[in-house]
Amino acid sequence: MDFLALPLPALLQGLAVTFFLGLASFVLGSGLGAVVALARISAVLPLRLAAVAYVSVFRGTPLLIQIMLVYFGLPQLGVRIPPIPSAILTFTLYSGAYLSENFRGGILAVDKGQWEAANSMGLTYRRMLGRIIFPQAIRTALPAIGNRFIALMKDTSLASAITVVELTRVAESAGSSSFRYVEAFVAAAAGYWLINTALSLGQAALERRMGRAYA
Amino acid sequence: MTDRNAIDAHGLHKRFGDLQVLKSVDLSVRSGEVVVIMGPSGSGKTTLLRCLNLLERPDAGTVTVRGRTVDCSARGSGRGRARLIRDIRIRTAMVFQQYNLFPHMTVLQNVVEGPLSVRRLPRPYAVEVGERLLERVGLADKRDEYPSRLSGGQKQRVAIARALAMDPEVVLLDEPTSSLDPELRGEVLQVLRDLAARGTTMVIVTHEIAFAREVADRVLFMDSGYILEEQPPRTFFTDPASTRVRSFLRLMTGVESQPELGAAG
Ligand SMILES: Nc1ncnc2c1ncn2[C@@H]1O[C@H](COP(=O)(O)OP(=O)(O)OP(=O)(O)O)[C@@H](O)[C@H]1O
Ligand SMILES: [Mg+2]
Repeated sequence: MDFLALPLPALLQGLAVTFFLGLASFVLGSGLGAVVALARISAVLPLRLAAVAYVSVFRGTPLLIQIMLVYFGLPQLGVRIPPIPSAILTFTLYSGAYLSENFRGGILAVDKGQWEAANSMGLTYRRMLGRIIFPQAIRTALPAIGNRFIALMKDTSLASAITVVELTRVAESAGSSSFRYVEAFVAAAAGYWLINTALSLGQAALERRMGRAYA
Repeated sequence: MTDRNAIDAHGLHKRFGDLQVLKSVDLSVRSGEVVVIMGPSGSGKTTLLRCLNLLERPDAGTVTVRGRTVDCSARGSGRGRARLIRDIRIRTAMVFQQYNLFPHMTVLQNVVEGPLSVRRLPRPYAVEVGERLLERVGLADKRDEYPSRLSGGQKQRVAIARALAMDPEVVLLDEPTSSLDPELRGEVLQVLRDLAARGTTMVIVTHEIAFAREVADRVLFMDSGYILEEQPPRTFFTDPASTRVRSFLRLMTGVESQPELGAAG
């Protein structure tokens, strides 16, 4: 069972952890990104400024430093977070910054007449966003959001730096114990590729479906 | 119809930067009345309609609908005021030159969105209302189409049905036929004629002279932010008081007869 220098159960477990990290961070990051996008377009100046500052910091600094700050740095301030939650927290903050820009782009691309029509009939702001603006914004933003998801899946390999046993970490330890690094990392790379190919197919199907509804 | 007013606006002022677009406009529309607004480009017709619906916030003046008044010069905000503004928007439906249908919703969904989300009608009843209105505008068979599949004239008729579905005091229509090819204008104008005959209160900005002559109870002429003249249609089109209106009409009829000349020659 020593296939490709990686014990299969370890490989599968690493794959599962990687997928879980990516999915959880994407879901949470999308929620955060939507809220930040709303803050970005809000009429309240402090909210706008806070949103700009947040996006600027998390897009402008390396993810590896962010994750190490959370895991190794925060304990110095008395906040101790276990490896997997640390990783999810960091990936959420990081992807939320990018996703908020994707959402914002989608919202800004919605025709001004849509806001006016919704406003003129007396929809509340919340309903206007939920019923009229977001459904259209998502369609425009979908390709960018899908790409973000795929990039995030690959970024999760940085969790190996804080002892999370995900796909990259599994390959690393298998490689160092067997000295068969080539096989180990090729197997890990194939794992990422599989996940992301599945995501790409899903994204394409979703885009086709949403495109159909309009026509 | 009753003598009750559907909407009262007093002393509306609106400026964009240095440009004073509305200069103390008063407008009252009786329930069941059809008011047509004409005037040169840039005279403030669209701005006036948008102010009546409070889509644009006037700098000063009051808007009263159903006994509820918004005083626009009072700078206050807060929940009570937002609620009041929303109430007035709900009661004054807009029909836009560019239709502004919701592209991600079917025709029926477009029409029932207001009844469901704003008027909070039960779904079966909202659908019944929606279907009845689509029938009235001649589009019952298009209920499950998306707007992108419709012609311009059909889109505008859906937009009219969507406006009516709010059960408004007054429907405000801003050049409802201006984006349409001449051969599609007729179907929209016919729908508006039917509505007028049924006693729907409307304020219509339009350049369709024959139509205005036929359905308007009153024609207002706007010029650089004022209502310059206000007449019954017969007087307005045959014997207007001001030379400004006279020359405007001459220009309009000149423009209108051009295609006919072209076709003849
Ligand atoms: N949001 C805005 N910001 C700045 N200026 C505006 C805005 N809306 C309208 N204006 C200006 O106000 C004036 C009146 O515009 P309005 O659209 O009300 O005219 P109109 O009578 O509807 O003209 P048209 O027949 O061309 O539609 C114009 O000079 C226009 O450029
Ligand atoms: Mg206009």
